[in-house]
Amino acid sequence: MLDALDQGRQGGGTRARVGRPPMFPVEAQGITVRSDGRLLLDDVSLALTHGPRTVVMGPNGAGKSLLLRVLHGLVAPDAGTVNFAGRAADAAVVRRQAMVFQKPTLLRRSARANIKYVLGGLDRAARTAAADSILAAARLSHVADSPARRLSGGEQQRLAIARALALDPDILLLDEPCANLDPASTLAVEEMIDSARDGGAKIVLVTHDIGQARRLADDVVFLSGGRLAEHTPADRFFAAPCSAAAADFLAGRIHIPGGHDRR
Amino acid sequence: MVDLGSIIGLALGLVASGDTELYAIILLSLRVTLTAVLIGCLIGLPLGAALAVLRFPGRGAAVAVLNSFMGLPPVVVGLVVYLMLSRSGPLGVLGLLYTPTAMIVAQAILVTPLIAALARQSIADLHGEYDELFRSLRLGPARQIATLLWDGRYSLTTAALAGFGRAIAEVGAVIIVGGNIEHVTRVMTTTIALETSKGDLPLALALGMILVAISIGVNAMVLSLNRTAQRLAHA
Amino acid sequence: MQSYSRTAAATAILSLAIGAIGATAVRAQEPFIVVQSTTSTEQSGLFKHILPMFKQKTGIDVRVVAVGTGQALKNAERGDGDVVLVHAKAAEEKFVADGFGVKRLEVMYNDFVLVGPASDPASIDGGKDITAALTKIAGAKAPFASRGDDSGTHKAELDLWKPTGVDVKAASGDWYRSTGSGMGPTLNAAAGMGAYALADRGTWLAFKNRGPLKIVVEGDRKLFNQYGVMLVNPARHPHVKVKEGQAFIDWLTGPEGQSAIRSMKIEGEQLFFPNAPVADLKKAG
Repeated sequence: MLDALDQGRQGGGTRARVGRPPMFPVEAQGITVRSDGRLLLDDVSLALTHGPRTVVMGPNGAGKSLLLRVLHGLVAPDAGTVNFAGRAADAAVVRRQAMVFQKPTLLRRSARANIKYVLGGLDRAARTAAADSILAAARLSHVADSPARRLSGGEQQRLAIARALALDPDILLLDEPCANLDPASTLAVEEMIDSARDGGAKIVLVTHDIGQARRLADDVVFLSGGRLAEHTPADRFFAAPCSAAAADFLAGRIHIPGGHDRR
Repeated sequence: MVDLGSIIGLALGLVASGDTELYAIILLSLRVTLTAVLIGCLIGLPLGAALAVLRFPGRGAAVAVLNSFMGLPPVVVGLVVYLMLSRSGPLGVLGLLYTPTAMIVAQAILVTPLIAALARQSIADLHGEYDELFRSLRLGPARQIATLLWDGRYSLTTAALAGFGRAIAEVGAVIIVGGNIEHVTRVMTTTIALETSKGDLPLALALGMILVAISIGVNAMVLSLNRTAQRLAHA
Repeated sequence: MQSYSRTAAATAILSLAIGAIGATAVRAQEPFIVVQSTTSTEQSGLFKHILPMFKQKTGIDVRVVAVGTGQALKNAERGDGDVVLVHAKAAEEKFVADGFGVKRLEVMYNDFVLVGPASDPASIDGGKDITAALTKIAGAKAPFASRGDDSGTHKAELDLWKPTGVDVKAASGDWYRSTGSGMGPTLNAAAGMGAYALADRGTWLAFKNRGPLKIVVEGDRKLFNQYGVMLVNPARHPHVKVKEGQAFIDWLTGPEGQSAIRSMKIEGEQLFFPNAPVADLKKAG
């Protein structure tokens, strides 16, 4: 298990996933979330398969982060279901997911201790060794003993991703991980995301950075006003989006629902 | 008759004289209060953290009760502990009345709600930061509480020091359950009360000054240890 | 590394707790008795003077809980003490009659004094008649500080008011001020507000914060203040240390204790006058 984990961290190709519960496809059916009478997610249905990196896009307030939280089970929808390989999420399925938040939530401990915190089932020496190899893969070895919260913004986010990867997830959910990062840190994070994919994890990334979406997306889920505007392969999405909302977004226009014809 | 200079002189003289009786009283004060604070921390910190983390019906009421117990009058606590430990009370067979142990019990009851309430506040703030991570990792309440107590340990010393301040300064509880017995249960505050009763106000004031100095010393020591530990932890 | 420091902290905490409990246990090993007594005996310094002599002779440690007579008897009724040494004859006799005490023995006496401000607003300074003096205080509505704590001195004071016909309860809060505290605090209050107060002579002699106060009335036979000693009844409270407690009573009422009491002086003035039955017998013989 440790070998597989290391291999994964070092981008050593797709791992054999033996003895693990089937996770895919992830199917969201009729997801609806209300708050104070407002519809934040309105009857969203989609299916995610294992291979492609899915990028969730949409303007502010479209419900992207909320959808991610519903998929992860942090928010219970008012209506609708999320199924994994045809079954509702159970403890085993939940354990195979990891989430990275926009603002990295790091423990008030050293970088290494933040990784060790999520490593279970190993003795202390093995956990330290595993944590160190994960830090090395994230190019954070030089700050292993530094307090996590005194790292730079980019290092903090890389540490948060490294910690998520230490969970060895089948699904890695990322909520605008690069929103506050400079270009170099953004690239470093994207490299980590890529190597996680190479390691066999399904990537679901929320972003409103079109450039990042072009670099990473295999397919695009586009939300607008809490509704699913489209779910399209990336090349088609960027060439000719199906929905008016996405077209407006890509062109840098503010989308007014139902107002496209007037243009 | 009571001027500050002569009081300070008297206080310094008392300390410098190496009076074994005075030092025994100071040591007993520290032993009783530190033990009580220790017990208060062992109970109060997890209790405060649990109230910060767990969501259950009646939680709001529990927090309100805890907060109001921060101001428990020492005499009332002393009286209740006295009635418990009295030979005619339910725990009378233990023969603990008029012993330092009885004083520790009373002070522990006095400081536990204070420590728990302050811990709850500071843990609740930290929990706000960590909540999404905990939920993402699907951690159970025990692991959450342990994590919050450990990561919040430097700010929790404030709660412990507040408990220390309350316990070392109170006289109402210890005088009832301890009986202010010379060489057995006489501590700084009961000595001050006794000297005041005897009308020896300068001596009472000088002892009061020594008590305040001890309190400042303990606070300074804990805070500097805290800072050093914090630095070493990240070395 | 973090876990090491955690283990170290846990060990330190544990050893501290064990140390504290252990130290308490060791203390409890040496023979001792608990004596419920009054603030007057403690604060005058009597116990400090005589107890080392008793300890040297018997090895028994006497732990004195000094409270008001009323509270001392109440505590003893609950079994929280082995011996009672107080000064309120009627209450003591009731204590024995109710089966809480074994036998009341007289130990010593001193007297009460009426203290008041040197300005003497009730013009009673130098009087010998306590009833007349109290009547004058009430007439002048001069401030009077009462213990108000059901202590021996408080009971004696209330008895002294009876023949004057003054209703002190009605005057409470006006010129009659019930402090609800011990002798020392009451004297502190009287000194602070220039009030008259009844005090036992022992506490008064040892009292240092007199301010404007001085003795204004003394020497009336009614001001006699008798102390009695009783063993708490083991039939009611089996844990009572009969052997050690009785040893203390025997010593106190015997020639050694009586002479120890006699030798207690403040500024050359004798505080307590031993009058235990045995000593009287010896004196007579």
